[in-house]
Amino acid sequence: MIPASFDYVRASSLDEALATLREHGEEAKVLAGGQSLLPLLRLRLAYPGTLVDLGRVEELRGVADRGDHVLIGAMTTHYEVVTSPVVREHCPLVALATATVADPAVRHRGTFGGSLAHADPAGDLPAVARALDMEFVARSPEGERVIPAADFFLDYLETALDPGEILTGVRVPKLGPGWGFHYEKFHRTAQAWAIVGVAAAVRRSGGAVEEARVALTNMGPVPVRAIGVEQAVRGADPGANGALRAAAERADEDTDPPSDLHARPDYRRHLARVLTRRALLAAAGAA
Amino acid sequence: MPRISVTVDGIRYDEEVEPRLLLVHLLRDRLGKTGTPIGCDTSNCGACTVLLDGRSAKSCSILAVQADGCDIVTIEGLSTDGTWHPMQRAFHEEHALQCGYCTPGMILAAIDLLHDDPDPSEETIREGLEGNLCRCTGYCTIVRAVRRGAREMSRDQEGAATS
Ligand SMILES: Cc1cc2nc3c(=O)[nH]c(=O)nc-3n(C[C@H](O)[C@H](O)[C@H](O)COP(=O)(O)OP(=O)(O)OC[C@H]3O[C@@H](n4cnc5c(N)ncnc54)[C@H](O)[C@@H]3O)c2cc1C
Ligand code: FES
Ligand code: FES
Repeated sequence: MIPASFDYVRASSLDEALATLREHGEEAKVLAGGQSLLPLLRLRLAYPGTLVDLGRVEELRGVADRGDHVLIGAMTTHYEVVTSPVVREHCPLVALATATVADPAVRHRGTFGGSLAHADPAGDLPAVARALDMEFVARSPEGERVIPAADFFLDYLETALDPGEILTGVRVPKLGPGWGFHYEKFHRTAQAWAIVGVAAAVRRSGGAVEEARVALTNMGPVPVRAIGVEQAVRGADPGANGALRAAAERADEDTDPPSDLHARPDYRRHLARVLTRRALLAAAGAA
Repeated sequence: MPRISVTVDGIRYDEEVEPRLLLVHLLRDRLGKTGTPIGCDTSNCGACTVLLDGRSAKSCSILAVQADGCDIVTIEGLSTDGTWHPMQRAFHEEHALQCGYCTPGMILAAIDLLHDDPDPSEETIREGLEGNLCRCTGYCTIVRAVRRGAREMSRDQEGAATS
């Protein structure tokens, strides 16, 4: 379908984009890569009065090594994230998960910030943001604030960003040496969204697991940390038969999986346990 | 209405467009580039794939205004002086199409994937084409065609380098 009419403003700077958003109020929406927004406009599920295009705002684009963290600009495309040497070296989990997002043509256009701001429960990056405790940098005409990942995702397609605010970038903490990573995604067809996904980071010392971070995609309206698994896996020997499997059995605790045409909640719970075991084994280097 | 300027298959066009005009509609309805088909309404099928500043993009999921200043290549711009692009030839020779609806997008996505890997394995080809759906061929001949097209493109390049 053809989208309903809207006005279009191409911002050439962040300040111009913020001023335009302020001027047009709640009627206005930011356009990043458009890979979620344009399908919504075409299905007439969204009716913005004005689109403020960030596509030419260069200051929002790129990856920077900031010592203890990596700053990924909101307008950095999925393709740029996956091919960035800095991301691959310091945040491999981000590269692994982003490589599973959609297909190459969508990854050329869709952006890191757009994926997170869109907050689709089936999106792959929100769980990674939770697992790595990323920090979201948001700007409004009043100034800048930093939102921890735990406070960013509020509900289905809803974040802590105010309507006049723009996500400028995301800080991804470097975890340091000794960590292994894996993103395990279950979907039926190649470019499809995750029915369930699991982001895992595991640090081993000697043989045993010293620390683990596990976050789940599509097991509720927002991404969740599997705290029970993280606790149960501490001290486990990945080589020992069943040690990680037992921990993974707790993956669906405190989750609220949706029911849709892809899966029922009980099937998603089952998937969460199986995929968490696989993700832990792979991240621990024992797969 | 916004004015945009785009280069499509080597020719520059200056157009006044409504902001809601999709790039694929600009190409087909305004510029007559009907070689680029529309297959779905959900950004899934890849039939409408073009090269936008050299890289694959789904023209049904881009506003014409977003493409202002860009260089666009459609299936109609691939041949030079009446000679097919090696990837077009390979699709023909390997029978990599039946109805042909997916073919423009497949060929452009195939050319795109060679940017990152000029000598792709079968697996790389299958993953590189994951955003392009074909409901006729079962993909086997498409994969063979891309292998062949890749070989011929690198041979052409070596030829160009040594001559
Ligand atoms: C066929 C297909 C398959 C897909 N499969 C997957 C998948 O498997 N996994 C996955 O994770 N994603 C998938 N996606 C979505 C893709 O990752 C999108 O790129 C992403 O969801 C949105 O990014 P965008 O830059 O295109 O944002 P847009 O579509 O431009 O914007 C999305 C929303 O975020 C808001 N927004 C964007 N940027 C900002 C900002 N900087 N500040 C404030 N608000 C902002 C917009 O106003 C809009 O509401 C798929 C998309 C398609 C078309
Ligand atoms: S028509 Fe563009 S992806 Fe199907
Ligand atoms: S040849 Fe018919 S869809 Fe591919």
